[in-house]
Parts: sequence; C-alpha cells; structure tokens
Amino acid sequence: MNIGHFMTPDVSRVAGTRRETRDTWTLRLEPPRNAAAWSYRPGQFNMLYAFGIGEVPISISGQVAGDGTLLHTVRAVGRVSAALTRLRKGESVGVRGPFGTPWPMDLAVGRDVIVAAGGLGLAPVRPVVRTLLEQRGKFGRVVLLFGARSPAEIVFRREVERWGRRRDAEVLVTVDHASPDWAGHVGVVTTLVKKAAFDPGNTVAMLCGPEVMMRFMVAALRSSAVPDDAMFLSMERNMKCAIGQCGHCQFGADFVCRDGPVLRYDRVRDRLSVREL
Amino acid sequence: MTILDTPPSPTPARLLDTNGVGRLLDALREGGYEVIGPTVRDRAIVYDTIGNVADLPAGWTDRQDAGQYRLERRDDHALFGYAVGPHSWKRYLQPPATTLWRARRTDDSFEVETVADEAPSRFAFVGVRACELHAMRIQDRVLDGDQEPDPVYHARRNDAFIVAVNCAQAGGTCFCVSMETGPGADGGFDICLTELVEPDRHVFVAVSGSVRGQEMLDVTEPATAGPDDVRKAEAVVERTAASMGRSLDTRGIHDLLLSNPEHPRWDDVAARCLTCANCTMVCPTCFCTSVDDLTDVSGQVAERVRRWDSCFTMEHSYLHGGSVRASARSRYRQWLTHKLATWLDQFGTSGCVGCGRCITWCPVGIDLTEEVRAIRDTQPTGTRSGGSDGRT
Ligand SMILES: Cc1cc2nc3c(=O)[nH]c(=O)nc-3n(C[C@H](O)[C@H](O)[C@H](O)COP(=O)(O)OP(=O)(O)OC[C@H]3O[C@@H](n4cnc5c(N)ncnc54)[C@H](O)[C@@H]3O)c2cc1C
Ligand code: SF4
Ligand code: SF4
Ligand code: FES
Repeated sequence: MNIGHFMTPDVSRVAGTRRETRDTWTLRLEPPRNAAAWSYRPGQFNMLYAFGIGEVPISISGQVAGDGTLLHTVRAVGRVSAALTRLRKGESVGVRGPFGTPWPMDLAVGRDVIVAAGGLGLAPVRPVVRTLLEQRGKFGRVVLLFGARSPAEIVFRREVERWGRRRDAEVLVTVDHASPDWAGHVGVVTTLVKKAAFDPGNTVAMLCGPEVMMRFMVAALRSSAVPDDAMFLSMERNMKCAIGQCGHCQFGADFVCRDGPVLRYDRVRDRLSVREL
Repeated sequence: MTILDTPPSPTPARLLDTNGVGRLLDALREGGYEVIGPTVRDRAIVYDTIGNVADLPAGWTDRQDAGQYRLERRDDHALFGYAVGPHSWKRYLQPPATTLWRARRTDDSFEVETVADEAPSRFAFVGVRACELHAMRIQDRVLDGDQEPDPVYHARRNDAFIVAVNCAQAGGTCFCVSMETGPGADGGFDICLTELVEPDRHVFVAVSGSVRGQEMLDVTEPATAGPDDVRKAEAVVERTAASMGRSLDTRGIHDLLLSNPEHPRWDDVAARCLTCANCTMVCPTCFCTSVDDLTDVSGQVAERVRRWDSCFTMEHSYLHGGSVRASARSRYRQWLTHKLATWLDQFGTSGCVGCGRCITWCPVGIDLTEEVRAIRDTQPTGTRSGGSDGRT
C-alpha cells in the first residue's frame, strides 16, 4: 500500500467518531486516497499516527458494512493514544498496515468457539464475534466471556447487549466492581468458564486481554480440558516498525508484530511463565 | 539479499606495496566512491572518510581486554596492524539516525513525503575484517530480506565496494574462530588484502572477489604475487587463528541458554551490569531501532527520525504502565539469549560474530564468553534441556 519507505504512513480521513466509555473512542476511517478499499483479517492491527505526536499499534475493531470504513477503538492512556481519541470527523490520521497474524477463523468452522475478552480486549475480537454471528451456521456453540472493571467500562455496550439477546449464542458478562444498577455477574472473567456450555474436545478458544487475565483464562480452560493447541492468545508488546526490523516486540524468538499478535498457546506456553521475558 | 556481482574466474593473486594501496584509494575515489576506512581519532581506531594512505593508522596497534582498549605504537609501519575498534560498518549501512519522511499540514489534513536518503551515492569500505563481513551478512538477513527490505540499508549495502583485510593479529577479546567467522575473509568482498610486513619489504597480497574488484585492482597496476607470497599470506591467517584472545564453546548453546532463564548467573551479572547499552551500540549486528516523531516550532511540519536503540533501555520494552523488562537481569538475559540463541530461530544464524567489541567496551568488563561458560559449568543437573523455546 505504501510507496517509498515502509515506515511512511498513508493518510486516512476520519469519517466519524463514537465515544465508547469515559476514555475510549472508536474512530471510523475512510480508505486512504491511494487505496481502493480496506482489507484486513480479524485480529490484525494498524499503526496509527497522530500528526507530529507519534504512532502506535491499534487493533482493527471492525468494518462498517455499508460504506467500508474501518473501525479502531482507542483508549487514551498516554500521549499518542490521547491524541488519537481527540481526532474528530474530517481530520486525518496516518495509517500503516494491516499487520500481524489473524484469529484462526478457518479452524473454528464446525467447532464450538469460546471468545474470552478482558476490558478493551473486546476490540480486537469484535470482528470475530461479528463473523461468528453473521455466519452462525458454520460454527458449533458460540460463547463470549467478557469481563470489564466496572459497568461503565464496558465497550460496545449496546452491541454486547444485542449479542446477549440472541438465542444462538451464550454471552456472559462480568464486572470486577458492580454499580447499583448492575444486575449481572460480579467477579473475574475466569469464573464464567464453569457457567458456559461447550465441548472441550471440539473447541477453539480465542483470548484477548491483559496478559495476567489470559494466563488465568488459559488455566481455567485447561482445567475444563480444552487442549493447549486449541487456545489462541493476542500478545501485546512495544512496537515501532511492525515488520520485524526494530526489535522492540520480541517475545523469545517471536516478533509479536509479525509472528503474532495472535499466537497459539502451546507455542508460547513455556515463555508465558518466565517473568520479564 | 545483497550479493556481489559474479565472482571472476580465479585470477592470480596480485601484489601491491603501500603506494599501490594509495593508488587503490585514489582509484576508488575517482570511481565515485566515498572511501571510508580506519583512522586514529580520540585515542582509538575508528572508521571515517579517508583521503589518502597517510590517514590510515600506520604503525599503530590496539591492546584490548575486558573493559580495556589502548592504542600502542608498533615497531613497524603496518597499515592494518590492529584488530577492530569501537566503530563498525553498521554506522554507514544502518546509520545512527535517519530521517525517514516529512509530513506537512494542509488545509484540513496532511501530506507525507518520503525523504531521500542523504548518503553519498556509494561507499567504499576499506579494511573490513572477516567478522565484519559476516556481520554484514547477518544484518542482510534482518534488514534486507525478501519480505520488506529496508530501502535505506538496501541502497547503501548494495552499492558498497568492499576492500577486506585478513587479520594479521588477533585482538585480546577476539573469538571469531569459535564463531567460525574469521580471521580470514571467505567471501563477500570485492578485494581482499593480506598485509606482509617483512624486514626488507612491506607488501599486500591482493585477491579479487568480484569483476569490479578485479577491474579496480587492475587500475592500481599491481605486480603478480608469487606462490611464496600466497603461502605467506595463508600463514598470516593461520597464525592469527592460533592466537585468539577469547573462545566460546557454542555446542548446544541455543538450548543451553533458553533452558536456563532462571539461572542464578543472571542475578550475578545483573549486579555488575550498568545497563549502559554500550555493548549493543558497538555490536556490528545489533539492529534495534526506535523512532522519534517530531514537529518544527510552527507545528506545521512533522518528521520521523529512526535511530539506534538498545534492549538495555527501559523504553525498549515499555508498555503503558511499565516496562516488560524492568530489571537489569531481564535485560542482560534478553541481550545474551537474543545474540546467541533466539537469533538462530529468527535468522538461521548466530547474532554474534566474535568480534569482541562488547567485551572491550563494557565499562565494567563483562565478558559474554565468561557468562556463557559460567552458565554451562554450573547448569543445575536435571533441568529441562531444549524444546522449550517455541521453535516452529
Ligand atoms: C498488537 C497491539 C494491538 C493494540 N490494540 C489496541 C487497541 O485496539 N486499542 C487501544 O487502545 N490500544 C491498543 N494497543 C495498545 C496501544 O498501542 C497503547 O495503548 C499505546 O501504544 C499507548 O501509547 P501512548 O503514547 O498513548 O502511551 P504511553 O504510555 O505514553 O506510551 C509511550 C510509548 O510506549 C509504547 N507503548 C505503550 N503502551 C503500549 C502498549 N500497550 N502496546 C504497545 N506499545 C505501547 C508506544 O510506543 C507509546 O507511544 C495495542 C497494542 C498492540 C501491541
Ligand atoms: S555480541 Fe559482542 S562479540 Fe558478538 S558480535 Fe556483538 S559485539 Fe561482537
Ligand atoms: S541484543 Fe538487544 S539491541 Fe541487540 S538486536 Fe537483540 S534485542 Fe536488539
Ligand atoms: S515492531 Fe518492530 S520488530 Fe516488531
């Protein structure tokens, strides 16, 4: 997509924004001028550049069917992410990508699928859930386990509620800290595993969230007899180039930007237990 | 991947004297190359632009040990009678800082334009050692692979004319024999010189490794080297190989390091390591870079500068909330295991060529060959070995 140096971003116009929570916004991006349309696979990310401020990896959180705009959901945690959440309709952002490995959608066909997300980890798996529900007949049972810190921190809340009303999917949501109006589950997301119905021998699990959350989720799924090679994690590491050349994202021998972010659990099992790797 | 043009059919070795080397430098410059070579500056032999033979470190040598580097006078006028200094060729192939692009605000958006590489059209590197040729090949795999070659590196590397020199003297921290990268150059050069300093003559046995190398040599009007000269040149390399300052036992090193992530030696070395990043800056293969996104004072023009980075900094592994590798222990472990183990998984080669720079330029004299030895010698028995590194 890029001409010139691979570190040169394309320029994309913000077609619209939506506030998801107090600090989290979804940007709807038009394809860059020199690209006909966006193409990506669920699980991949783009490097988004805020003019003069910096560039960070942001997962693709979906695509609007009607106009083909691409969605990125950003939480303001620092300089660059805050600048990205300040962008408004009509402004521009730099884009490089898409990069990285996708979720194993093909493998999931004909199997039960567990999608387990923590916090903003729902963003990179939202395209997965959408695909599962749109092509519902291709998959076995569909289970979404989602944990947020508090009800106010639930991203895509209306969409999650819509998913929850479907009879052909099991959507379990929990919060660490309930508010008075919260009638749902309270507790860590791993406690939901026991409540869900799935056939562990014929399941694919896709995990996305903070590394500790994923570690505990793996343990819970393992104790429910889900095999190691049926679990997939999306890893997060510092990234500068996204093409395996800057060295920042190394996790053992893997470059998370290129060999990940989605990695099969058995491949990273031993490394995950080493602190500060 | 960078390759030199077709190697010439074997031509007889040639013989140059010091004036011949001078003519070679002139011919390179007249051929449009910016000639970079060794020269004495700030009490070290560094690489810089070379005007003529007088700029070369004639009569100088270096004494190196862990944490020590000292220039000393030789009792002859050898031009290449030293090992390697703090610089490596990576500063020309993958420069310490490069502006990649500029962006300019427009009415309601911005435009990005790639910045042309400011390098002179072509470099000629003079005095490249065998380990350094290997370091270039290793960087080729990282930065000039088939997938996304870095255009800055690619252009500089592809056009570079390389005059190699076989090492006539091993440095105190060298271990290229262990890494099988030297001391004799085994390809990847246009011309290779072996310096012979004898009581009654001072000559260079020259062979070409490419057609353009051969043509360049011809311009210098060399004499033909006799069989005796060639034998002497071979003897120089053999002598150097027999006098390595260090050694590293590389048997099973991949599994050895990766199966010992909790070895107490990491704590031991962490207590000494200053995490100053010197080792990665002087290393000819370390490729890590970061980027700075900057704006001018008006805020109308932005640019991206790529610069060398090191896994010894906290920023290298920073994620919002803290660094993944917060301790010195984890950062030294990343460095050593990347160099000697995971590099093999990533690029099919070790990341170390045994040049010894990281040992010499470590302010507290940490020696990777010692660290590996300590881990090997004190491996807790019964620990798992191998198969745990995520190799595919
Ligand atoms: C594959 C991948 C996908 C991601 N997807 C999303 C997403 O969909 N939405 C979202 O809000 N965030 C996502 N992140 C995290 C996001 O990249 C960081 O929040 C962001 O880099 C923080 O930058 P900052 O300058 O605002 O923060 P600061 O804390 O000021 O960080 C300074 C610099 O450190 C690096 N950095 C800090 N935190 C991270 C991090 N978590 N991951 C990678 N680099 C980091 C960046 O280079 C950043 O510029 C993703 C990260 C990765 C690796
Ligand atoms: S790790 Fe040390 S000895 Fe090996 S190539 Fe780098 S600087 Fe040279
Ligand atoms: S050793 Fe460190 S600085 Fe060198 S290439 Fe590896 S990660 Fe980068
Ligand atoms: S982000 Fe640069 S190597 Fe992965």
